[in-house]
Amino acid sequence: MKGTYLGEFEEVVLLAVAIRSGDAYGAAVVTEIEQQMNRSVNLGAVHSALNRLAEKGLVTSELGGMTAERGGRRKRLYSVTAAGRRALQEIRHVRNQMWDSIPNTVWS
Amino acid sequence: MKITPLLRWLFHPDLVEELESDLDELFQQRVKLMGLRKARWRYLKDALSLVRPSLLKWKPVVYQYNNYPQPTNTTMIRNYVKIAWRNLVRNKSYSAINIVGLSVGMTVAMLIGLWVYDELSFNSYHQNHDRIAQVLENETLENGVQTFSSLPMPLSQELRTKYPNDFKYVVASTAGFEQIIAYQDKKFTKTGNYAEAEFPDLMTLKMIKGTRSGLKDPNSVLLSESVAKALFGDADPLQKAVKIGNKYTVQVTGVYEDLPHNSAFTDVTFVAPIDLLFENKEDRNNWRSSSFDIFTQLNPNSRFDDVSVKIKDLFRKNAEDENRTRSALFLHPMNQWHLYSTFENGVNAGGRIQFVWLFSIIGVFVLLLACINFMNLSTARSQKRAKEVGIRKAIGSQRGQLIGQFFSESFLVVALSFGLSLAFVWFILPYFNEVADKQLVMHWTDARFWIFSIGFSLFTGIVAGSYPALYLSSFQPIKVLKGHGPSLRFNIGRFASIPRKVLVVMQFTVSVTLIIGTIIVFRQIQFAKNRPIGYSREGLINITMNTPEIQGNYDAVRNELLATGVVADMGESSSPITGIWSSANNLDWRGKDPNRAASFGTILVTPDFGKVVGWKIKEGREFSRQFTSDSSTFLLNEAAVKLTGLKNPVGEIIKWHGKNWKVLGVVKDMVMTSPFEPVTPTVFMIDSKERGFNIIHIKLNPTVSVREALPKLEAVFKKINPAAPFEYRFADQEYTKKFAAEERIGTLASIFAILAIFISCLGLFGLSSFMAEQRIKEIGVRKVLGATVPNIVSLLSRDFLLLVFIAFLVASPVAWYTMDKFLQAYKYRIAIEWWVFALTGALAIGIALLTVSFQSIKAALMNPVTSLRSE
Repeated sequence: MKGTYLGEFEEVVLLAVAIRSGDAYGAAVVTEIEQQMNRSVNLGAVHSALNRLAEKGLVTSELGGMTAERGGRRKRLYSVTAAGRRALQEIRHVRNQMWDSIPNTVWS
Repeated sequence: MKITPLLRWLFHPDLVEELESDLDELFQQRVKLMGLRKARWRYLKDALSLVRPSLLKWKPVVYQYNNYPQPTNTTMIRNYVKIAWRNLVRNKSYSAINIVGLSVGMTVAMLIGLWVYDELSFNSYHQNHDRIAQVLENETLENGVQTFSSLPMPLSQELRTKYPNDFKYVVASTAGFEQIIAYQDKKFTKTGNYAEAEFPDLMTLKMIKGTRSGLKDPNSVLLSESVAKALFGDADPLQKAVKIGNKYTVQVTGVYEDLPHNSAFTDVTFVAPIDLLFENKEDRNNWRSSSFDIFTQLNPNSRFDDVSVKIKDLFRKNAEDENRTRSALFLHPMNQWHLYSTFENGVNAGGRIQFVWLFSIIGVFVLLLACINFMNLSTARSQKRAKEVGIRKAIGSQRGQLIGQFFSESFLVVALSFGLSLAFVWFILPYFNEVADKQLVMHWTDARFWIFSIGFSLFTGIVAGSYPALYLSSFQPIKVLKGHGPSLRFNIGRFASIPRKVLVVMQFTVSVTLIIGTIIVFRQIQFAKNRPIGYSREGLINITMNTPEIQGNYDAVRNELLATGVVADMGESSSPITGIWSSANNLDWRGKDPNRAASFGTILVTPDFGKVVGWKIKEGREFSRQFTSDSSTFLLNEAAVKLTGLKNPVGEIIKWHGKNWKVLGVVKDMVMTSPFEPVTPTVFMIDSKERGFNIIHIKLNPTVSVREALPKLEAVFKKINPAAPFEYRFADQEYTKKFAAEERIGTLASIFAILAIFISCLGLFGLSSFMAEQRIKEIGVRKVLGATVPNIVSLLSRDFLLLVFIAFLVASPVAWYTMDKFLQAYKYRIAIEWWVFALTGALAIGIALLTVSFQSIKAALMNPVTSLRSE
């Protein structure tokens, strides 16, 4: 069994899939991340991250319908699973907890 | 800017469509956003970034393209094992043959492994074993260079003071010999050493009580735990006074842990100061008498070879004796004592290491035989499994998965065999220890034992499973399922059985070689046993004198013993009839080449000795009490006459120690040392100024039974010498002991040979039953058409017998060559006769025939109705 640890990039990809809910496929995820984070992302990195997420059971996929824009080719649509949602919430929760534990005096 | 062909080549067909469209979509977006040039650049970067292992075509994981849950690795392996188990249970007889064969092979390999480990770790109990050495002497003599371990006492001091930078310790010690050790009324005969004070440090004795410096006090003794226990029970032994050899009263200053079985000093059960032996201090400085072993430990930065060169001439410079000019000292490292202890012409010629090699090779081969069985049976059954492989492949199994499947079958069989062989080894080990004269144990709690065992099993599994796994998984589904050939069955091909035949030939080659070897070893032993020994062993017993009481009262003891009527005669000598304890190389005679020295065994006897042992006088006459002049005469044995080259030896004068000795007569050769070696040239004398008596020989009255005689003997000895326990040895038993090493090797080799042929026949049995089953319809048809049972048996057996015959042809020269080498080690040896080969060949073919015919007769006797009904 592979560990369920979520890497930083995987987390970003997972968030992007969640944002694009219903229309999350490779290129869409790339664009989403580039727009949101203002950083350039490789398609291959995204695809292998999606693969890994699928392996960990955090996303599922199905083949979507054809679109004219893609020259009649199908796209694979990803969606976040319940486990994926839990993983994201967990991360958020931990981050929040850590933020809360920072003593006020630190920044001053 | 079409990248599709490359993508198609690189990626899974399902992925290509998606990736290509992604690339296109991004490109179009980017053209609008950042212009064509930059978009192209990004397109290229993206395309390149896709080339990563997780997306490539040959990655077998295709999980997201079906809806089945992706099994993880462990579930897959569990599935492999489950299927392997089902296959195992379904084919019970094949599985049994495989498991029994493999577990026998693994048992042999494991036992040999334990044995070899024990041999290789010999002496490792002593902490500094890699820096300890014994000083040996090479002496150039008439009959070649001889190597001696007995050296004069002052040499120890000389080494110590001359080379303080090289030696950490130099310790002179007696070789262990039996002594009476007594505390109050408890008396035991135990083997112990007299040694210099640093002996315990050198040997790193583990002290239980007292310290290693306990020997520094001249009247002290260190006891081993078991001797201390025997003498004192649970009482504290320290400072108690014990008596050794009825002579020396010493105080116990320490108790050390018993030395292990695999140490050269295992029988040193007590250590006493060597100074006890020198009643007058002058003796400690006697360069002429060589009767001590000298052990050394080097300092960390000295090397054995360098020090050997330095000390080479030390002896020559100190000994006044001119004959010592031919001697050279050298160091023999402790790590070589056990396995490399034979010196031929002054050069190390191996020793037990040859047996270690021999047994290792046998172990590997026996294991290999078992692996071959597994391979043969698996591939022989390939027709049966061909369909399975075809279907599996057709529904999507990949070759790697099939290989995994077949390997898990072999690993399962090996795992079961391993468990079984562990049990076998555990059960057999006590008997094995007895045969091999070892104290081997299973190192259950040692992690290394398990790591090694598991590694060994994996190795076996890989060897046994590799060929079937690769062979069976290579079938092409289309050929397998469509079927070829007249029978509409998958035809494996004309040459498919060739490797199998080669393997069978290999198995029988090994078996036949082992059998021939075993027969020759036993014949060699028998030959030496039947060698004429030149004296009469019957009713001859010897008693070691280790107390002074008897020495002064010989005549009284003799008269008293003769008076009991159970003793026919009694004599004394300086060494037992089964050994020569002293030698001289400074004899001079007429016609001797002055530049060469010759070594003779020297034995002091009483005039009755000859009659007691029943030697034969060839020329001249025997010693007699009537002529006082006999005290300056020699008897020579035939070998000694030959060595001197004297034509008419009787009456010749031999000079020795400044005295003229007249040759009184010639004794027929007696085998007193190794029965495998030429008889040692020996001189006998009756002048007790030259040697001391050590052994009493008694010839029992043949009309009295041994059981009756011994108590009477004991009574006499007890009366004269109440301090000593009465201990005797039969000459014939002592003689038999000389064959112990050879017989041990012979017994072990024969057991392995039997197991090897057993495993080979097991394989043959499986193969023949398989063949018979395959041809069951053919046999039915043949019978219906009138074939007789012998016809069919010969039809089925012929091929196998041919293989065994070929194996015999291959094995014969191999066996001849190795056994010729083996026999070279013995001077008194047999010639290799042709009939041994013929016999073994007949035996092998006979056994193979028996094995095969069981199945063929069964097949031939079967009613054709049953086999033909189904079609």
